[in-house]
Amino acid sequence: MEKDTSIIVNGIGKRYKIGAFQERQDTLRDLIVNQASRVGSWFKGGAPNRRYENIWALRDVSFEVKQGQALGIIGRNGAGKSTLLKILSRVTDPTEGYGELRGRVGSLLEVGTGFHPELTGRENIFLNGAILGMQKKEIAARFDEIVAFSEVDKFIDTPVKRYSSGMYLRLAFAVAAHLEPEILVVDEVLAVGDADFQRKCLGKMGDVANSGRTVLFVSHNMSAILRLTQESIVLDKGRVLMRAPSAEAVDFYLNRGLSKMGERFWEDDEIPPSSSPFKPVAIRIVDKVGQVSDSVRAVDPITIEIEYELSEGITGLRVGYYLFTTRGEAVFTSFDTDSDELFREYTYRPQGRYTSRCVIPALTLNEGRFVLGINASSYRIKRYFQDDQALSFSVDASGAPGTHWPEPRPGAVRPALDWTIEERGKA
Amino acid sequence: MAEAKEVTAAQVVTLKPAKGWLGIDLKELWHYRELIYFLTWRDIKVRYKQAALGITWAILQPVLTTAITSIVFGYLLKVDSGSLPYPVFTLAALLPWHLFQLSLQKSSISLVGNANLITKIYFPRVIIPLSSVLAVLVDFGISVILLFIAMAIYKIPLTLTVLWLLPLTLLTVIAALAVGLWLSALNVQYRDVQQIVPFLLQIWMYATPIVYPITIIPEGTIRYIYSLNPMVGVVQGFRWALFGGAPPDMTLLVSTAAVIVLLVSGLFFFRRMEKTFADVV
Repeated sequence: MEKDTSIIVNGIGKRYKIGAFQERQDTLRDLIVNQASRVGSWFKGGAPNRRYENIWALRDVSFEVKQGQALGIIGRNGAGKSTLLKILSRVTDPTEGYGELRGRVGSLLEVGTGFHPELTGRENIFLNGAILGMQKKEIAARFDEIVAFSEVDKFIDTPVKRYSSGMYLRLAFAVAAHLEPEILVVDEVLAVGDADFQRKCLGKMGDVANSGRTVLFVSHNMSAILRLTQESIVLDKGRVLMRAPSAEAVDFYLNRGLSKMGERFWEDDEIPPSSSPFKPVAIRIVDKVGQVSDSVRAVDPITIEIEYELSEGITGLRVGYYLFTTRGEAVFTSFDTDSDELFREYTYRPQGRYTSRCVIPALTLNEGRFVLGINASSYRIKRYFQDDQALSFSVDASGAPGTHWPEPRPGAVRPALDWTIEERGKA
Repeated sequence: MAEAKEVTAAQVVTLKPAKGWLGIDLKELWHYRELIYFLTWRDIKVRYKQAALGITWAILQPVLTTAITSIVFGYLLKVDSGSLPYPVFTLAALLPWHLFQLSLQKSSISLVGNANLITKIYFPRVIIPLSSVLAVLVDFGISVILLFIAMAIYKIPLTLTVLWLLPLTLLTVIAALAVGLWLSALNVQYRDVQQIVPFLLQIWMYATPIVYPITIIPEGTIRYIYSLNPMVGVVQGFRWALFGGAPPDMTLLVSTAAVIVLLVSGLFFFRRMEKTFADVV
């Protein structure tokens, strides 16, 4: 390995056995029954029945990262990003391949790991720091800095179970952010806290990336990827599709990974088991004449249809979407039970097949490309399913207010607003 | 911001498929000593949080068990405790037994209870059952004071052999850790272990001379087989160290040998299963 190389990954693959552990040999009884039936089938002369199949979550992944480089990793849910990060942070071993990391690896795989609700903020800082690999004296030296960054100083001696979720996450991120490893592995931490705090987190990440440390950064936030990394790799179905400067990789991902047909169907392997009983089927953009379309006009109403199945009834379910620009800035969020009437009518949604349909009124969006993310959840109870890059579509603004001037207008929306001009005599 | 530090060869981490049976890496364990300390400290801190009586429970539990066994076995069933008052006789055995029992209970569920750590962060997994066993030692330390008080009340003098309590306690901890390694690793895969442990401990307690004297077990081969239970040697050792009498000689040797076999096999089994913890737990 050359001196300035920080990470080498060579032909790494990870195979999971689906069935053996998931269809549950999880009790001794199952094990005994299965073993007995296997022995039974030997006697009958048949091959032992293996009731599991192998799934490669990652296959043939190779790349290098130079010291001080920040590399983005993008891919949709189930592409193998988390598995890759788990292997790099040594949480799990690869099934095949080889890799080398130079220097202390700090991983931010979900902040707050190891926080104990009964312990105070102060106690958790030390505990969490030790779990993340810091020495006690290092933590003590940075203690004040961590507390200041987290903005929870008044409650530092209160058990964290009494914290609001925002405070909890801020403290957790603050500890993790003050870890100073040579290689930092980051996954989705930016979904933390309010906009101000997110900006602070991004700033901190930028500092780390600019201080000669190697950063591996996984995020659904394309603008964060573009800001913090020079290069990115695109993962799909466990393989590396491309490695390119981040701007190029993001464009490739947004345009290829997502259907250009204005419609997206979810394959079974894209739906995590945890989403049950909610099962997403499709999402589509429908234009004014009822055609599924990738490109719609700003002067027409735009219909968004989300099709899904419930294998069991759910109380308090809301299905909706986030609208983002391709740079990852949120435009708005809307759920099917936002209105009082529908909220009351669908307190309980029985088992069955559904389509939730939303119309974005004409003259709302500006021209450009937009990304839809979907979310199905019961508020404060469970998030059944979320896909932040479900579908993308283009809006053509011709005919919208102001288009007689052929100039690009900044902003994601371009509403038709009421202007009046009052003439108040001669100057 | 500081510039990147020189990376020494020791910091190069290799990722490759784990193969075969691996020994325990003591050097790595030493490197993670502060994590052992903090996880132990967390377990101690959390155990009695929001309990009105707090750490007093560490004293109340042996007191209550001693009272119950003294009434049932000492007073009603008139079990022969030799020259010793029955409560002291049984308390001296209940202390190491409680240490063993609690350590085993805690360590067998420790990996599953810390699943969130295991699936997110790398560290030698053996730290988890180890720190849950170490945390129980604090309770034990407190309850030993209780024993000395009881001995003072019954006017039983302490001799220098009391120093043997230290290696005997160590043996108890290692025995609990050894069994804990087996059970915690099995529990990751088969949650049945959680259901089995209470019964296992019940049987184990009656297979140890706690409420009865060892003299009721026939000497010779049967006594040796009986001593394969590590807690037999420990309990006999405790009684000898505190009250004198015949040293536990062969009993203790057989028990120690059993502990060593359990520990070595437990470590290998644990290391072998370790690789799949994050995927299975």
